[in-house]
Amino acid sequence: MNVEIATPARKYSIEDVISCTAPGVMGNFQVLAGHTALISELSAGEVKIQMQDKTQYYAVSGGFLEVLDNRVLLLLEAAEPAEEINTDRATEAQERAKKRLETRSPDTDMIRAEAALSRAANRLKVAGRASSS
Amino acid sequence: MATLREIRQRIRGVKNTQKITRAMKMVAAAKMRRAQENMFSARPYSSKIKELILNLVGQVEGYNSPLLEVRPVERELLVVVSADRGLCGAFNTNLIKAATAAHKESEAEVSIVCVGKKGHDFFKKRDFTIREHYLNIFNNLDYSHANDITRFLTNEFVEGRTDSVKLVFNEFKSVAQQEVVIEQLLPISLPADEEEGKRHVDYLYEPSLERLLQALLPKYLGTQVWRALLESNASEQAARMLAMENATENATELIRDLTLQFNKARQAAITTEILEIVGGAEALKNG
Repeated sequence: MNVEIATPARKYSIEDVISCTAPGVMGNFQVLAGHTALISELSAGEVKIQMQDKTQYYAVSGGFLEVLDNRVLLLLEAAEPAEEINTDRATEAQERAKKRLETRSPDTDMIRAEAALSRAANRLKVAGRASSS
Repeated sequence: MATLREIRQRIRGVKNTQKITRAMKMVAAAKMRRAQENMFSARPYSSKIKELILNLVGQVEGYNSPLLEVRPVERELLVVVSADRGLCGAFNTNLIKAATAAHKESEAEVSIVCVGKKGHDFFKKRDFTIREHYLNIFNNLDYSHANDITRFLTNEFVEGRTDSVKLVFNEFKSVAQQEVVIEQLLPISLPADEEEGKRHVDYLYEPSLERLLQALLPKYLGTQVWRALLESNASEQAARMLAMENATENATELIRDLTLQFNKARQAAITTEILEIVGGAEALKNG
């Protein structure tokens, strides 16, 4: 089974995949070889790609997933392999977002700050996977 | 006639200018290559989103979405994608010309959304309504910019503040050719399905067909805006590269002319001096 991740900035192709776990809007699900044709909406979170000898993790934004003929295609606005995530920057972004939420000044956009916070938290979580696996 | 020293100074000045234009050309060439790469890497994503939409829309009879709603156009938004910086030939001028013409032709009440500083500088000085502006984004172009712009435009349209949104931008045809195009963004007019007789696949839809479409359409808009930004950026760099190449060539020509003039002046000065000496000597001999 092959997995392709397409974002506006890059494209990743991964071959010989055993399973691919993705954050669907209705909960995580796993795709194995021979899966039936599927189109699903994804929420932000973590994509796990299991191969024969290793496992890869990606921090992803929301998007879509298509399964067709033993090929999984992920269409995402942003995807970052766990080992490429800059943890310092993510921590910094997390702190910044927290501070913004705490001060609650009228001109901060709460929705955006919250989104930034959850994004940073997600990236940190996925980055942690890379070092532990 | 200019004195020798004046000419020498001009030559030095032109040479310095030439050094700058040559460096700018090189920078523009590098940036253009990167912009082109960005364009290519955005393609698989956009084309797949489009394919998915076409695939899904075909399966829902009479699908309707606020983004597809066609209303009589009373108010219109023109999104003018210009550059942040000048020195790129007729790039901005052509764009502004096309935008102004579109503005004049339209029977609706037109407002402008400026992307890029040059367009904004032009329109704010004149009698145009500017709804929103996005400046200095091209130096650090990122998909989130396209997202911000798309979100703003979608809100304007869905909440009824405008009935039509058009993108005006330079399309990258080739390094030597950029063309101003005007594209309809909202309401979305779905492109015709090019591939007839494609095999029909029975997908499993999760959560549901309608929800998928509802989520896909905004992403489609995002890719359209992103494409306009990337095309414009690549065009700008190409235009600048060409403009700077011409400038460098012109400088070379100018230096050649000036050098000729300088040599002539020097020769003339020497001739005069010799004549004076000879004349003086003659006078002495005769006296």
